[in-house]
Amino acid sequence: MAAEAATTSIDEGLNEDGGRWKDLDKLILRPGTIVGDNFEPGPELKENLMKMVRVLVVGAGGLGCELLKDLALSGFLNLEVIDMDTIDVSNLNRQFLFRFGDVGKPKAEVAAKCVMERISGVNIVPHFCRIEDKDISFFDNFHIIVLGLDSIEARSYINAVACSYLEYDSDGNPSDGIKPMVDGGTEGFKGHARVIIPGLTPCFECNIWLFPPQVKFPLCTLAETPRTAAHCIEYAHLIKWGEALKRAELFGISGVTYSLTQGVVKNIVPAIASTNAIVSAACALEALKIMTDCSKTMSNYLMYNGTEGIHSKMTAFDRDKDCLVCGPGILIELDISVTLSKFIDLLGEHPKLLLSKPSITHRGNNLYMQAPPVLEEMTRSNLNLLLFDLIGKIPKDIIHATGTTSINGKRTSCLRKLRVIFKGTAEDVTDMDTMGAVYRFVDKDNPEFWGYPVPKF
Amino acid sequence: MAEPKNKYDRQLRIWGEQGQAALEKASICLLNCGPTGSEALKNLVLGGIGSVTIVDEFKVEMNDLGNNFLVDASSVGQSRAKCVCTFLQELNDAVKAKFIQESPERLLETNPSFFSQFTLIIATQLLEDSILKLDKICREGNVMLVIARSYGLTGIVRISVKEHTVIESKHEHFVEDLRFHNPWPELKQFAESIDLNVVDPVIHKHIPYAVILIKLVEKWKEMHDGHLPLTRKEKDEFKHLIKSLMLDIDEDNYKEAIRASFKVCPEGIGSDLSQILEDGSAEVDFGSSDFWVMVAALKEFIANEGEGEFPLEGSIPDMTSSTEYYVNLQKIYQAKAEVDFLAVEQRVRSILKRIGRDSDAISRADIKTFCRNSRKLAVRRYRSIEDEFKSPATLELQKNLNDEEYSYTFGFYVLLRAVDRFAANYNRFPGLFDRRVQYSLKSSEVADDVHRLNSIAVGILNNLGFKAKTLYEDLVSEMCRFGGAELHAVAAFVGGIASQEVIKLITKQFVPVSGTFIFDGIEHKSQVLPI
Ligand SMILES: [Zn+2]
Repeated sequence: MAAEAATTSIDEGLNEDGGRWKDLDKLILRPGTIVGDNFEPGPELKENLMKMVRVLVVGAGGLGCELLKDLALSGFLNLEVIDMDTIDVSNLNRQFLFRFGDVGKPKAEVAAKCVMERISGVNIVPHFCRIEDKDISFFDNFHIIVLGLDSIEARSYINAVACSYLEYDSDGNPSDGIKPMVDGGTEGFKGHARVIIPGLTPCFECNIWLFPPQVKFPLCTLAETPRTAAHCIEYAHLIKWGEALKRAELFGISGVTYSLTQGVVKNIVPAIASTNAIVSAACALEALKIMTDCSKTMSNYLMYNGTEGIHSKMTAFDRDKDCLVCGPGILIELDISVTLSKFIDLLGEHPKLLLSKPSITHRGNNLYMQAPPVLEEMTRSNLNLLLFDLIGKIPKDIIHATGTTSINGKRTSCLRKLRVIFKGTAEDVTDMDTMGAVYRFVDKDNPEFWGYPVPKF
Repeated sequence: MAEPKNKYDRQLRIWGEQGQAALEKASICLLNCGPTGSEALKNLVLGGIGSVTIVDEFKVEMNDLGNNFLVDASSVGQSRAKCVCTFLQELNDAVKAKFIQESPERLLETNPSFFSQFTLIIATQLLEDSILKLDKICREGNVMLVIARSYGLTGIVRISVKEHTVIESKHEHFVEDLRFHNPWPELKQFAESIDLNVVDPVIHKHIPYAVILIKLVEKWKEMHDGHLPLTRKEKDEFKHLIKSLMLDIDEDNYKEAIRASFKVCPEGIGSDLSQILEDGSAEVDFGSSDFWVMVAALKEFIANEGEGEFPLEGSIPDMTSSTEYYVNLQKIYQAKAEVDFLAVEQRVRSILKRIGRDSDAISRADIKTFCRNSRKLAVRRYRSIEDEFKSPATLELQKNLNDEEYSYTFGFYVLLRAVDRFAANYNRFPGLFDRRVQYSLKSSEVADDVHRLNSIAVGILNNLGFKAKTLYEDLVSEMCRFGGAELHAVAAFVGGIASQEVIKLITKQFVPVSGTFIFDGIEHKSQVLPI
């Protein structure tokens, strides 16, 4: 209804920007009939989009390069990009912001510079580091996070960070601090784009089963009964470089090549420019819709496969009500006498957490930090204090713990939201066990067609 | 071991050296280098396409800086074709990039033979009338045509090629041809040489499942008058038979045999493949393409040496086994594949001779690739644009119209044509006014355009054979709101799809889209409509 009443001047070419955004203006200055609930077209919306909204792009690889370009040309003029990698020759077939001369330089820095040189008015701050290296408060600055990653662990981490901003009211309804995410991924001719609005749509962890585990060969097969080139290579990688070929000859196996060696050892994913372009464009368009409400937002998971014809399938997945990450948090009941040090031990023993070396924060305050050494020293004295006192004698509150845990035998960084309640201080708690299993088995019926199959040799 | 680090490494893993060579030989012409065309070309230049020629008449204006990455502020006032060409060249110096500052429409009138020099034309943002002309020219000159268009939150990609044949379709979900039901003598002999009742548990758990299944199918057939386990009940019984031979529940090879037990019943060939075998083109003559000559040979092979089977592919999946058993098994399959290949090759040579061509005209390597992929062949034929407009596939389209899930895409298909008619009538797109107008849904100018566009769209609907009196009104109104805008994100999506299809057409790998791809940027429920 708000859209109906709005009237907007469309004097293209007469705008202060000289008509530069003439095309985008149609979507954000004009009222529409199929739009988001809170769409208020007009110059104010445009000003917000271009001057106020801050976007974090995670990853400056194949998707990241496209995303920076697509977002900047969709009117997001304040961007930051974070990536820990440097440029490799094999990036050049799709990561179009890089040239031969850039090989070895940080991706985030080169990408930011290139887009700023080409698109006037856009400001991009690069961060050449791991996302885990950033303080949690770093993420406060952003209105939306767009992910162009190839790692499940990194997705999982950033997802937990974004979900940690979510607060629930006493009825368990999401109330405040929603930080939307748009996530893309590709492999060969396949890819996905999804929208995550914590508390409203499923988070990454709610549908973790969409990502099957990566292929690993049992060691005994590799050592005693190798059958394929991949087995020989994996074995050689484990035992000694360069032995693959010899071993293959010994067993009469053909097909050990340099390119296969690289593929098996580094688990290299085939990648082409077109799929990255398609998936990134879908992500950027959704980011624009989420931030302006200029059209409907996708609901909520787009699976794309261009191998045979063009298949794009939209699925509205459901949230996992018991999700450890986007749910209300893990309930932990404590005695008032528990010290911070004891609390940290408890997190390591908790069967659903098994957090080792966690750092603890409460409402942005560092209670105890494992690293860097300066912070560790500063917070060390808190360890012997009572947690109840440290959080200001509040009977129940949210505490965040960042540490590592073991998932499928692999150490993984994670951030967990904890709902701490002190016994005898607040109303009694009945729902002691509100969370479900963290990692479920891969759904065997979920057709591999849409997923990310194990590498084929 | 020391192969050079290659910038194409990640894509070579997908289409191989041959696909890459085909790309490097191709010459592409792009008509109009707005963001849709520029993005399509960008992806191809990155991948190392041979040469590109850009045809565009415009000068770079301010609005290009708001939606096109291949121009910058210093380009304003210069030829858009030249600026895009320069930035494209920077992406990959192995590509020959050229430009012509000229309107594609004028070129169609004055120099139609210009287009015949290219492998493929990508036509972007062209109106209906020009597309019809271009399609005719391309079909006459045997040039492939890919049409791409972005319009507000919608877009379209359509291929127009008389016939596209694919040998390496790279189907992913394909059950290997392992012949468990019908082993040839050497395979049978190998299976017989292995004793399933071997006492040594280490040997027992390293018998490959292929051998287990071959032996047990044989046994099953003896017990069931030569029939295979076909019904669900029989299949379960067959699994029990496998299970009964396990010494230990942890024997991986037996577990694999149970999981693979469905492979003992041959799949039968799909309707696509049987259509290819029955296609009139398989009656070959001097003018037949290599593909159809090989299909003709394939048919002969199946009817003769093949005894009803396709040539064996020769590869076997990984399975728990001792290395010795596995390598031997591999050799037996490879040897049979080689025998089948030689038989097909001989037939290809004699067919070539019969139709008056050089009997060596098709290389051994090509025949080998054909044999290895003979169950995965694909043929795509695209009707001309003129045919599509004159005699639409109404029955097939009707299904889409009634599909609630995809209500927008069919509407967009009609409206994308309607805006071109609108432009032909009024010399502007709906929602683009020649004077200052307050764009409100209630203003008379906007309401008039919505009304006009709707009437044109209903006219098109009626021509398509639909009795509808109106389209979804909100969608017509959105189409007016778009006012011909070319948004970067939509252009990058549509251009990305177009470049992907170009790669499939040129590498002759993977299967191009069969119909008209309609992009729905509202709900992201894009769809392929039948042509
Ligand atoms: Zn969740």
